[in-house]
This record gives sequence, structure tokens and C-alpha cells, in this order.
Amino acid sequence: MTSLILKRIGIGMITALAVSIIIFFGTKILPGDAAQIRLGQEATEANMAAMRERMGLDKSYVMQYVTWLGNFLSGNLGISLASDVPITDLIADRYQNTVYVSVLTSIVAVPVSLALGILAAMFPGSYYDRILTLVSVTLVAAPEFFTATLLVLLFVFALDLGNAVVVGSPDGKGLFSMYAHFALPIATLSFVIASQLIRMSRAAVLNVMSSPYIEMAILKGVPRRRIILRHALLNAIGPIVNVVALNLAYLVTGVVVVEVYFGYPGLATLIVQGVQTRDFVLVQGLGMIFCLTYVILMLAADVASFASNPRLRHPK
Amino acid sequence: MSNSDPLEHFVAPYDDSVSFDELPDAPPTTGYRPSIMGWIGITVAVFWLAVALIGPFIAPYGENALPFPDAYSEFQSPRSGAWLGTDVEDRDVLSRIMFGAGRTIGISLSATLLAYLTGVVLGIGAAVSGPRVDMAMSRINDAFLSLPTIMLGLVVVAAVGSSIPVLIVTAGLIYASVVFRLSRAIGMEIMVMDFVEAAKVRGEGRWWIITREIWPNARMPLITDFGLRLIYVILFISSLSFLGLGVQPPKADWGSMVRDNLGALQYGGSIISVVAPALAIASLTVGINLIVDDVSAHGGGKLSKRM
Repeated sequence: MTSLILKRIGIGMITALAVSIIIFFGTKILPGDAAQIRLGQEATEANMAAMRERMGLDKSYVMQYVTWLGNFLSGNLGISLASDVPITDLIADRYQNTVYVSVLTSIVAVPVSLALGILAAMFPGSYYDRILTLVSVTLVAAPEFFTATLLVLLFVFALDLGNAVVVGSPDGKGLFSMYAHFALPIATLSFVIASQLIRMSRAAVLNVMSSPYIEMAILKGVPRRRIILRHALLNAIGPIVNVVALNLAYLVTGVVVVEVYFGYPGLATLIVQGVQTRDFVLVQGLGMIFCLTYVILMLAADVASFASNPRLRHPK
Repeated sequence: MSNSDPLEHFVAPYDDSVSFDELPDAPPTTGYRPSIMGWIGITVAVFWLAVALIGPFIAPYGENALPFPDAYSEFQSPRSGAWLGTDVEDRDVLSRIMFGAGRTIGISLSATLLAYLTGVVLGIGAAVSGPRVDMAMSRINDAFLSLPTIMLGLVVVAAVGSSIPVLIVTAGLIYASVVFRLSRAIGMEIMVMDFVEAAKVRGEGRWWIITREIWPNARMPLITDFGLRLIYVILFISSLSFLGLGVQPPKADWGSMVRDNLGALQYGGSIISVVAPALAIASLTVGINLIVDDVSAHGGGKLSKRM
């Protein structure tokens, strides 16, 4: 078991390394060079050469990559090309909003959607089940900004509650007023991940429900509620934990659109700005942070699924 | 593959990678009759396809025309002559949706076709090649699959800038990795079937096996999945455009229209300029989803059971 987990972590680290290679060399597809962006078009050749040397751009790509990775691992993300400020300073100002929204969303969305999904699995084919399915099928295929627009229409325009932009800083607010502050972004992300979570948790329970031991329990006359809660749910926990981790990983991408939609500063708006100003250093550093979070959550999903399922641990 | 654990599909990453649960079953090749939901989906999809094709010719105004120069004001409410009002630069929203339809749908369709061309060729190639080639190709592919698609998109756009060809190639290659995994899985599954074994024993060449044994059996699940993949590509392209990194102004596309007109929600003005393009994307993707679901359910597919 331990060796298997270590093996998975090893695979995860290789994946992270591959991700860093993709991100680093991905931004180097074109010869467009950071020294030129830093100095502008009018820079003289001599200035450019000096700047290249200072930034380490005169070395080979492999050396640049190794240096960059070493700096990244020791917490030095480099200096922004667009604003000449260390990336870590830019992040320090903004990471809270992104973290708050993701964490607050998962606190609400995960338990609620699991409960809804399991309830739907308890009464498959009922009106409740069908309506829930219809809503989640619709929302899962719709873009985040459509969900956000519906919520703004309902809360801001129809009910006249709040504002379509998130303004001000959430610093020093309690948990409850934090939810009020980020109400619309959190609601949007919750709907988006709930539509997936409900379907997948329902499927996980129904999947277990079709196994022979459940049939046995039905035949010996165990009440349906008890079958779900005592027999099926225990075996569905593994896949459900897996599904939860996958959906938390999804927040990494969902948060990008939501931050831009509601116009508040966060890491996602920062990376979008970096792309617009072609600030490679910023895109590389932040891209790594987002992708590593994603890889770690995926790894957690993977470990959870086989930790809970002996059959995955001992493949035939 | 065939005796894989039923829970294995939960190991797959979130939305756009293939889980075994998500493999659409082969629908019957003949006698598909859409249900009511299927018809709704088909109607919506055909409607948007028609708008994409003829929209620019029947649009009441030009893409960037200012229809009411005398009454210039942003976000005008709908009125006779401008049925969906005007946008942030006082352009006709209806006309821009008609121009944008072709761009959003055209880019997404081309990208999905590219993804399929690349993914299917490489995936089936990996399935019929030996374990070494397969292993190497799968590992490289897994590295791409382990990145969130939108981040890959951001990195590419940061490096080469955004233009329509770049969008098509980027989305096409990103989603090719998903198609690769799917077609490889399907190819592997078919490779161990008795009839392939028989063909090999008969002494048929690799090309025969691909075209005569694998392709006829892999075709229908792949076509069903095409619809699903098209949805994800539309969402990907629209999200990039929404972030201002996709189709560049003054060209209209649905995602960038939502972004351009966000001010209407925030500072007041005709909100239809935001609602209309957002609704256009959602209706298209949900419509395609209804078709995919219906086709798959018709074949007694897992998709319908899962829903």
C-alpha cells in the first residue's frame, strides 16, 4: 500500500516535471525575447545584449530551464517583464481572493451536491431525480459566463440584491460577510461544479447498487434506505472522494472566467493580464502554480480511488 | 480493457479527458429515431448552423456598422430596426450575433476536425503498434492531459499571440490528446477481439486490420464522441475569447461579445447585449449535448444511464 502510494507520488513528480517543461518551452516557441519586451522596441543592440546577459538569456535553453526550475523551487519566480516588480510581490497582493473563493465554494458546493446526488440515487426515475438530471445536464454543457449571467439577472436585476461587480477588499471580514462579499462568484462556481458532482456521485452510488451483494441484500428484504446508507454508500465513498478531488481541480480553471466576469483582482486575472502584455516570466510562474495545484489534486483523486478499492491495488 | 474494473473510470481527470464511463457506446448504425429531446437538440443545432452559413448575408447591418449615428449612445434598448438593441460601441447586437455565429462555430468545428484527424490517426496507430511505441506515445500524451486546457491555451497565446489559425491549431492539438486516448482505448479493445486474431492468423497486413477490422467497429463510438468533444471545444474557444485572448476585436464572436458588453451589467444599459451571446453559446452546446445523449441512449448507452 505504502509503496503503491509512493509510486503514485513518483509518477506525480514526473508529471510535474513534464508540465514544467511544457510551460517553459511552450512560452519559447517564438524567438521573441524577454529582453526586448523589457526594454521596448527602441533599445540599442548593446543595451539588449547587456540585458540578455543580466537575465541569463545568453545561455542555452537547457541552462535557462534548469536555472528557472531551481529558482521556482526555491520560491523565486523572477521579475515581471511588464511592471518590473518581483512576481512573488504581485502574487502576495492577490492570492487571497482566489483562495477565499475556491475554499468557500468547496465548503458549500461539495456537501450540498453530494447530498443531492445521493438522494437522486435513492429514488432513481422519480420526478426529483429527473428534474435534477435535466438541470445538471443543462448546466454542465453551458459556459461559466452563462451561469454567471443567469445569476446576475436573477439576483441583481430581478431581486435587486447587490452588484454585478465584486468591489472592495474582503480583508478582516468574518466568514459570513465573506460569503456575502463573494456571493455571486461563489454561487456561479458552485452551480458549475455541482452539476458535475451531482451526476457523478449519483452514478457512483447507482454503480454500486448494481452489484450482486446489493441484489442479495434486496432479496433478503433489507429496506431500501438501509441498503443505500449502510451497504452501498460505504463502497461508493472511494469513487465519491475521487470525484470531489477532480471537481476541486476543476475550480482551478473555473476561477479564471469567474474572476474576469466579476472583475475582482486575483491570480487568474493576473495570469490573463500576463498573457495580454506577453509577460512570459509571469505566465510561466503563475502557470506553474495553477498546473501544480491541478496535478496535486489529480494525484489526490488517484490515491483516494485506489486506497478505497482493494481491486485497484491488486490488479489481475 | 474489457475486464477493467468498473470503478476505473473515476480515475480519469475532470471534464475533457475520457473516462471509461464516458465512452459513448456504439449506437446502431441504422434506424436511429430521435426522441423529443433529440429533436429539440437537432432543431437548435440546425438553426445555428443555418445562421452560421447565411447569417452574414441576411444580417440587417454590417459587423461593425453604426446603424444609428444620429442617436449614438451605447447599450440602446431593443427597438424597431435593432431587435436586440445595440452594444458597447452602439453596433447592432443581432447583426453581430449573426456574424459571430459563423466564426464561433467555424473555428470550433475546424478545431474539432483537426483534433479528430490527429487523435484518431495517432491513437489507432498506437493501438496497432507494439507496446513500446504505444507506451512512449501514451506517456507524452498523459503529460498534456494532466494540464488544465485553459492554462495550455494561455501559454500558447502568450507565446505566439492570438489569431484565428492559432486558435484552431491550439484547440485542435489540445483536444487531440483526449481523442488519442479515446481512440487508443477503443482500438485496444478491438485489437483483442477474436475476429482481429483471426485476421492476423489469416495473414492480413496491418493496413487491412486497421481499415477492415478496427475502423468499422470504432466508427460509431468515435462519431458520438465527436459531438461531446465539439461541445468542449466551443466552450474552450468561447472562454478564451471571453478572457480577451481569443478572437480579437473588431471581429465578432460570441465569447468576446459577452466580454465587450459586461459593462452593461455593471454600469447599466441594455443587458440583452450580454444575455443574447451567452444564451447563443449555451443553447448551442446544450442542444448538441441533447443530441449526443439521445443518440447514445438509443444504443442503450451508458451515457443515458449515467444521466
